[in-house]
Amino acid sequence: MPIGDVWPEISLTLGAVIIVLFSAFTRQQQHVWAAVLALFTIGLCVGLTFAQWDGPPRLTFSGVWALDGVALSSKLVVLFAGALVVAMSPEWMRTDRRHGEYYALVLFALLGVIMMASASDTMELVLGVLLSSVASYPLAAYHRGWAPALEAGMKYFLVGALTNTLLTIGVVVLFGLTGNTGYPDIAQRLMEGYDSLALTIATASIVLGLTFKLAAFPAHAWMPDVAQGSPAPVAAFLTVIPKIGAAVALARFVSILPPDVAWRAIVAMISVTTMTLGNVAALRQTDVRRLLGWSSVSQSGYALMAVVVMGASEQALSALVFFLASYAIANLAAFAVVTHLRGRTALDDYQGLARKVPIAATILIASLLSLVGIPPLIGFFGKFMLFSVTIEGGYTWLAFVAAANTVVSLFYYLRIVAPMMFSGSRTTVHVLMGQWARTTMVVAGLLLIVGGLGAETLMIFTDSIRFAL
Amino acid sequence: MILTATLGLPMLGALVLAVSRRWTESTARLFAVGVSLLPVLLLAWTWLQFDTQGALFQFVEEVPWVTSLGMAYRLGVDGIALAIATMSALVFAASIAYPMNTQNQPRQYYAWMLFLQSVSLGVFLALDLLLFYVFFDLSLVGMFFLIGRWGHGQAQQSAFKFFLYTFCGSLLLLLAFIGLYLSVEPHTFDMRVLIEQQPLAGAGVVAGLIFLALMLGFAIKTPIVPVHTWLPQAHVDAPGPASAVLAGVLLKMGTYGILRIPYSMMGEIFARYALIIALFAVVSILYGALVAFGQRSLKRRIAYTSINHMGYTVLGIAVAGALFQDAEYAREMALVGATVEMVAHGLITGALFLICGSFWQRTEEYDLDSYGGLLRQAPLLATFAILASFASLGLPGLAGFVAEFHIFAGTFAVYPWLAVIGVLGILITAALFLQMLQKLFFGAMPQRWAKFDDLRSTEWGVLGVLSAGFVIIGIAPQFLLTLIEASATLLVGAR
Repeated sequence: MPIGDVWPEISLTLGAVIIVLFSAFTRQQQHVWAAVLALFTIGLCVGLTFAQWDGPPRLTFSGVWALDGVALSSKLVVLFAGALVVAMSPEWMRTDRRHGEYYALVLFALLGVIMMASASDTMELVLGVLLSSVASYPLAAYHRGWAPALEAGMKYFLVGALTNTLLTIGVVVLFGLTGNTGYPDIAQRLMEGYDSLALTIATASIVLGLTFKLAAFPAHAWMPDVAQGSPAPVAAFLTVIPKIGAAVALARFVSILPPDVAWRAIVAMISVTTMTLGNVAALRQTDVRRLLGWSSVSQSGYALMAVVVMGASEQALSALVFFLASYAIANLAAFAVVTHLRGRTALDDYQGLARKVPIAATILIASLLSLVGIPPLIGFFGKFMLFSVTIEGGYTWLAFVAAANTVVSLFYYLRIVAPMMFSGSRTTVHVLMGQWARTTMVVAGLLLIVGGLGAETLMIFTDSIRFAL
Repeated sequence: MILTATLGLPMLGALVLAVSRRWTESTARLFAVGVSLLPVLLLAWTWLQFDTQGALFQFVEEVPWVTSLGMAYRLGVDGIALAIATMSALVFAASIAYPMNTQNQPRQYYAWMLFLQSVSLGVFLALDLLLFYVFFDLSLVGMFFLIGRWGHGQAQQSAFKFFLYTFCGSLLLLLAFIGLYLSVEPHTFDMRVLIEQQPLAGAGVVAGLIFLALMLGFAIKTPIVPVHTWLPQAHVDAPGPASAVLAGVLLKMGTYGILRIPYSMMGEIFARYALIIALFAVVSILYGALVAFGQRSLKRRIAYTSINHMGYTVLGIAVAGALFQDAEYAREMALVGATVEMVAHGLITGALFLICGSFWQRTEEYDLDSYGGLLRQAPLLATFAILASFASLGLPGLAGFVAEFHIFAGTFAVYPWLAVIGVLGILITAALFLQMLQKLFFGAMPQRWAKFDDLRSTEWGVLGVLSAGFVIIGIAPQFLLTLIEASATLLVGAR
C-alpha cells in the first residue's frame, strides 16, 4: 500500500477537516480565512499532483487507483476549477452563518470528483460518485431559507438518489457476472465470454448512473434548477466540476467493455440527444442562470463525442480533457460574472450592462463566445480538437450534428450578449463589495484569452495521455 | 514583419481606443483615421517590393503557435492577396474617415472598426488554414457588434441573422478544414503544403464532401444565390460605413476563399464541378440584377447589385478552374478578371454605400420614389454618385469595365453560351443604375428636400480617394494587372 500515491487526496481530506474545526471554533467574521485555507489546501494538492507527473501510467493500491496521464490531468483541471470556485465565494457566503463549513464541503466534493476520475475499480467509482453527491446536496440547498434553493437541492437529491442506486445495481450485476470489481480483472473476464443480457443491464445501469453526474440525457433534469436556484458559486461548481470526473469515469469504464458491446453507438446517441435537448431547451429561456444550466447540459453532449471515438482516434482522450478544461474556464468565468453581479439572473436585467460595468460585461461576452467556440478564445481549441478527433475516428456525421448544434447555441448566447451591448440601461447595477469575486472574474476572463493564445502550453498536460490499463 | 505590422497596428490601435477613457470624439476619430492609414502605406510599400517573377507566396512569416495541432502563425501574400488586401485597407481607412453619428460612443465605434480592419486583413494575409478561420470568425464578431450597436431599423435582428447565417457557413468551413488537415501527411494547416500536394486528388466521396462543405461555406459568405438571403437585411440596417466595409471587404472573403482554398488546393475536383459553379454564378448575376432592378429602396438596390457583381467574380474563378486544354490564356484572363472585379467592386460599392450613408444622415429615407431633382441641390453628391454608378455598370474607362471585360473574354473561350447569358446581367445593371440616378437626381425636387445639404469636405475627400482608385484602374490598369498576372499565371499552371 504505497501511501505516497494518494498524498494529494490525503492533503485534501486533511484540509477539509482542518477547515471544519477552524470554522467551529472561530467567529463568523473570520470565516473568510477558511477560504484562504481551502485555497492553500488546493495549492498543496496541485503541487503534490505535479510531483506524480513524471511516473509511467500505472495502477496502484491493488489496482483500484489509476495514476495515469488522464487521471492526473483531469485532477489538475478539477483542482484549478475548484480553486476558482472557492475564490469567487467569500463575499457571497459572508452573511451565511455556516460560511466556513462551505469550503469544507467544496473540498469533499472535489475529492469525490477526483476519485471518480481516478477510480479503476467499480467500488471505488461508487465511492467517488457518492462522496461527491453527498457533499453536493447540501451545497445546492445551502441557502436553506430560500424556497428555490431548497427545490433545486431536493430535485438534485431525488434524481441523484435514483441514479446512484442504478449505478450500484449495475456494479453489483457486473460483480456477479465477473466476480471482480477491478477494471483489469473485469476486462480480462469479459474477454473470456459473458452473458450478454446481464452485461447489457450492468452497462446500461452504470452509464445511466454516470449521466447524472455528467448532467447528460436522461438524468439531466436537475441541472437547470440547480443553476438557477442554488447559490451562484455553487452553481458554478455543479455545472462544471462533477462533469469532469464523470466524463473521465465514463471513458474509463467503456474502455474495458468488449468490442461487440455497441457502446460507441450508445454513447453517440446520448451525446446527440444531450446536446440537442440542451440547446433546444435553452433557446427560449428568459433567465440567464437557467440558460447557462441548459447550455451546460448541451456542453456535456459535446464532451461525449470524444468518448465515442475513444480508441478510434489517438488523441480522443487529450481532446476530452482539453475540452473539459476549456469548458470549465469559460463556464466558471460566466458564473464568476454572475456572482460578481450578485446573482443577477433575469435576462431583462442584463440590459445595458456594457455601459454600467464594462469589465464584467466584456468577460461575460468573452466567456459566452468561448462556449460557442469563437477563436482565438480557449473554447475554440477545445471544440476544434473535439471535431478533429470525431472526424478522424470516422464519426463525421456526429461532427456535423455538433456543428449544427453550435449554430443553434450561438443564438441563445447572443440573446444574452445583445441586450448587454445594444440596449440602454434602466437600473443601477449592484455588485458584490470586495475583491474576491471581482478578481476571480478577471482571472478567469484573462485565462479565456491567454489560454487560447497559449493553447500549446496547456496541451503539454493533455498531449498523448492514456489510460493505465 | 511587415505583414504582422499591417494587421498588428490596427489591433493595437483598437486596444488603445478601448482603454483610453478620456478621449473626445474628435481625438478618437483622428487617432483611428491615422492608425487605419498605416496598413495602406505598409501594403503599398509591400506592393512596390513584390517580385512579379518570384515565388507564388512572398513576405512569408512563420512562427510556431499550436504545433501539436499543426497550426502556426503563417502570413504571406501572392499578387492576388496583396491586391485585395490593399484595396481592403483603403476601403477601411475611407469608411473610418467617413463622418458618422457614433451615438456618444466614439471610442467603441472606432475601436470596433479598427479591430475589424485588423482581422479582415488577417483573412487575406493568412497562409494557415486555421489562422484563416480565426480571422474569418472574428470578422463576424466585429460586424455583429457594429450592425447591432450602430445600425438602424431592426438592427439587432439583422445583426443576429447575419451572425447566425454566416456562422453556419464558417462551421462548415471548419469541418472541411479539418478534413483537409487530416488528408495530408504529416497533418498540417499550412496552405503552401496543401496547394503543392493537392492531397485530395482522386479521393472519391470524402473529397467530394469536403469540396461541397468548402463551397457551401464560401457561397454563404460571397453570397451566391440561393444562400444570399442574409445580405439585403444586414446591409439595409447597417450604418453606412459598416455597409461599405461589409460589401467592400467582407464579401471578398468568400470569393478570395474560393480562390485560395478549393480552387488552389483541390484543382482536380474543382475542374470537375467548374461548370456547375459557373451556372450558379450566372444565376447569381441575373437574379441579383433583376431583383436589384425591382427594389425601391436605394440601399437594398445597391446591396443586390453586390450579388450580381460577386456572380461575375465567381464566374471568373469557375472558368479559370475549368481544366480545358489549350485554354490557358483564356483561363488566366478570367482569373485576372475575377481578381480585378474584387478590387473594383470593393472600391466602387464601398463608395456607393458611403453615399447611401450620406443620404441616411441627411434624410433617414431610402425610398427612391421620395427623391428627385437633387442634382442642383447637391451637385457634388450627384457627381460622385453618377461616377460610382457608371463604374459599377461597367462603363469603359472605369474599373468595372476592365474586370468584366477580362471575365467575359475568358468565359467566351471556355463556356461561350454562359458568357452570352451572363452579359445580359450587365445590360440589366445598366438599366437599374440609370433609373436609380434618374429618380435621385433628375425630375422635380420634392419640397421636403429644400434643405438638403451637399457633401461636406471630409465626405467628398473620402469619396474622391475611392473614386480616384477606380478611375485610375479604369484608365491605366497595368500596375494592377502585372501584379495579379504574376500569381494568376502560376495558379492556372501556365508557368
